[in-house]
Amino acid sequence: MKLFIARAGLLLALLALWYGLTEHGLLPPFFFGRPQLVGEVLVRWIGSGMIFRHLGVTLLETTLAFVIGIALGVSSGLWLGLSPRVAALLDPFIKACNAMPRVVLAPIFATWFGLGIASKVALGITLVFFVVFFNVYQGVKDVNPLLVANARMLGATPRALVRHVYWPSAMSWVFSSLHTAVGMAFVGAVVGEYLGSAQGVGYLILQAEGSFDINAVFAGIVILTVCALALDAMVTLAEQRFLKWRPGSAGANT
Amino acid sequence: MSEIALQWKGVTLAFGEAAPVLQAANLRVAAHEFLCIVGPTGCGKSTLLNLAAGLLAPSAGLIEVFGKPLAGINRRAGYLFQGDALLPWRNARENVAAGLIFHGRPRAIARAEADEWLGRVGLSAAAERYPHQLSGGMKKRVALAQMLALKPEILLMDEPFSALDVQTRSLMENELLALWSAKRRAVVFITHDLEEAIALGDRVVVMSAGPASRPVGEFVIDLPRPRDVAEIRMTPAFVDLHREIWQLLKGEVQKAYAAGVEART
Ligand SMILES: Nc1ncnc2c1ncn2[C@@H]1O[C@H](COP(=O)(O)OP(=O)(O)OP(=O)(O)O)[C@@H](O)[C@H]1O
Ligand SMILES: [Mg+2]
Repeated sequence: MKLFIARAGLLLALLALWYGLTEHGLLPPFFFGRPQLVGEVLVRWIGSGMIFRHLGVTLLETTLAFVIGIALGVSSGLWLGLSPRVAALLDPFIKACNAMPRVVLAPIFATWFGLGIASKVALGITLVFFVVFFNVYQGVKDVNPLLVANARMLGATPRALVRHVYWPSAMSWVFSSLHTAVGMAFVGAVVGEYLGSAQGVGYLILQAEGSFDINAVFAGIVILTVCALALDAMVTLAEQRFLKWRPGSAGANT
Repeated sequence: MSEIALQWKGVTLAFGEAAPVLQAANLRVAAHEFLCIVGPTGCGKSTLLNLAAGLLAPSAGLIEVFGKPLAGINRRAGYLFQGDALLPWRNARENVAAGLIFHGRPRAIARAEADEWLGRVGLSAAAERYPHQLSGGMKKRVALAQMLALKPEILLMDEPFSALDVQTRSLMENELLALWSAKRRAVVFITHDLEEAIALGDRVVVMSAGPASRPVGEFVIDLPRPRDVAEIRMTPAFVDLHREIWQLLKGEVQKAYAAGVEART
């Protein structure tokens, strides 16, 4: 509780500093905006309900990219982790794809999939996929060989091994990658919108920039930040629910 | 001698190009026999069990299980590993149930059977705990229940009690003897503690210092059963056996130690 008050105090102090600096002309409000005006924009957006349509689009893109990216990442990670030969074959290609700065794919996706949701989802998927893929792949390769040997001695078939040993072992890696992955999905959606679209929070920010409305840009950033925090909190909740067997996890105290 | 449950026939095992760990090892275990194996650290005791379990294939020679050559996993054996091999994401009950489920038992029945076995190793109260919430001794007991629940005909146990404190250890040794006397099965029990080996076994085998290790001595332990592992150590017969076996073991341990020192300098 004390910590909470201290944090709230710090936030207020920063806002006050911002207010003071811009109000007295120490920072030009044209470039730095004004906190009270940013607040006004937020109230206007939320009051008119206009923001929800855009936010809905951005969150839909994020969710689709997140879910599809994870599904693809987990299945390919499991597959390659369990088939060393295929992994050896594909290794340089995977490395190349990962090393490539994937944000530059955005314009290509825009020409392939148009300016609608699909191109943003595609961008988000390429970002999410690799994060999850590498974690699952590593997770499968790093499974404690003793666990595998024990399960085999207990009569596990290859299928049961995947289901009861490799899969849960990889899951703990998946969860550690989800925090990054959800952020990536969000980045994919917003950057995609920013580079060309007719709706979404990224589009709003682009519009505001076009009319030099710095306060609206900040308002958009605030909205994005709050959403990113909320998504991250949801991942944490899921983690506590599914990883309650882990030492030090919150759900472990029975 | 009764039926042979497990037999190593001229088994040689090398990892890659390195000098073989085991060389022409011969050993047999009767169907109702409690065999203990002692030897210097790193001589290849765990390797011997991994071969019997079918987790490793011999470079030369043959493993026979009830007279048939072994290929792949040994389905008639249970293995209590030297390290911690419980699934960390399953609680104690589900860990014990895992093997039963792998063998096709419905979940509900597997859980009920698991609870029974947890009771038998004195862990009914800890059924819901995850491995990281269990002490080292409790984990070993869960692993023991996990193995026994499948009622294997051959029990392979690799230093199961070496991480335990003295009191818990003699408690568990007695428990193991009680469980084993109720239904005698072939046991291969590895330990670095000669006293433990004599207190538990029908026979004690001494392995030579590695590399190219093999059994070099065999001692029949004709102490009466049922035994109490703490009390039997005081008897003159025990002390005599200990002296006799230690003569041989000491030499091997010293060889292994000297080789280790040489390798380091
Ligand atoms: N997978 C492996 N690859 C290469 N060498 C190995 C492997 N496993 C074991 N060894 C080597 O084989 C030898 C015997 O190992 P093993 O684990 O069987 O010894 P041990 O008698 O069980 O020792 P301890 O009493 O310490 O448990 C050791 O020298 C070890 O370094
Ligand atoms: Mg060992």
